[in-house]
Amino acid sequence: MSIQVLVFYLFGTILTLSALSVITVRNPVYAALFLVLAFFSSAAIWMLLEVEFLAITLVLVYVGAVMVLFLFVVMMLDVNLSRLREGFARYLPVGILVALVMAGELLLVIWTKGAEKLPLPPGNPEGFSNTTYLGERLYTEYLFPFEIAAVILLVAIVAAITLTHRGRSEGGRYQDPARQVQVTRDERVRIVSMPAVKDKENGA
Amino acid sequence: MSAYLTELTLAHFLTLGAILFSLSVAGIFLNRKNVIILLMAIELMLLAVNMNFVAFSRFHGNADGQVFVFFILTVAAAEAAIGLAILVVLFRNRNTINVAELDDLKG
Repeated sequence: MSIQVLVFYLFGTILTLSALSVITVRNPVYAALFLVLAFFSSAAIWMLLEVEFLAITLVLVYVGAVMVLFLFVVMMLDVNLSRLREGFARYLPVGILVALVMAGELLLVIWTKGAEKLPLPPGNPEGFSNTTYLGERLYTEYLFPFEIAAVILLVAIVAAITLTHRGRSEGGRYQDPARQVQVTRDERVRIVSMPAVKDKENGA
Repeated sequence: MSAYLTELTLAHFLTLGAILFSLSVAGIFLNRKNVIILLMAIELMLLAVNMNFVAFSRFHGNADGQVFVFFILTVAAAEAAIGLAILVVLFRNRNTINVAELDDLKG
């Protein structure tokens, strides 16, 4: 048994167990943390496949951004957990049945089409950069889809902010630039007329 | 059976993807009241699909699979952001995220 197979089975087991925990744990915070573990182990498996750029992206984007967003929302909402767990036991048999049937069908296809006879191709030569390889394709062949992906992200930002933005709160203090530039001298400066007083006793 | 322990084949990665996908389908059945866990199960499904794309890309020596995974990651991040924004608005208006109580459109 080579070290690669050992690493695959180690991370594959962690990935499967953490995915199982995501769908069964009671607390959504633990579910989010197990999902982080799942993403991390699959990044390790992608490293095994020499897909370095995507493995790093998975850790940076998913663990670093998306899962933090999930944790923020989970902690922000005051959720009644017991109500949400209703029906867990009721749907357990049908859930397991559907999962088993689906897994059986998928495995049947995979194991009868000769996929088990395809060994891992030899690794990339020394000095090969997966990032350069992927970047060259992204900026030439896939330039247009790449631009569309950027637009999708922009639309997502606008949509998320529009949905959750509540506008200016009533009575809050904020600046109104239009009023600021229209200000006149009379609103800011009051000239007080005071006669000059001489101190007569001490003399000057 | 010992053949599966000596070297890695395409079937190893596809099997892992299939198991992940089935687990997330089961998760959607089990947690159908909790929108947060439903979103997490969808993320797991996308991960399973990405695993297949990456494995095929490597075994065929073709970069297209990796580029596709890149776009799936982009779209999944956008989907998670909008989904969670909708969830926050929902909780603000209804004070619950229980799917069973969201039946306003029921005749």
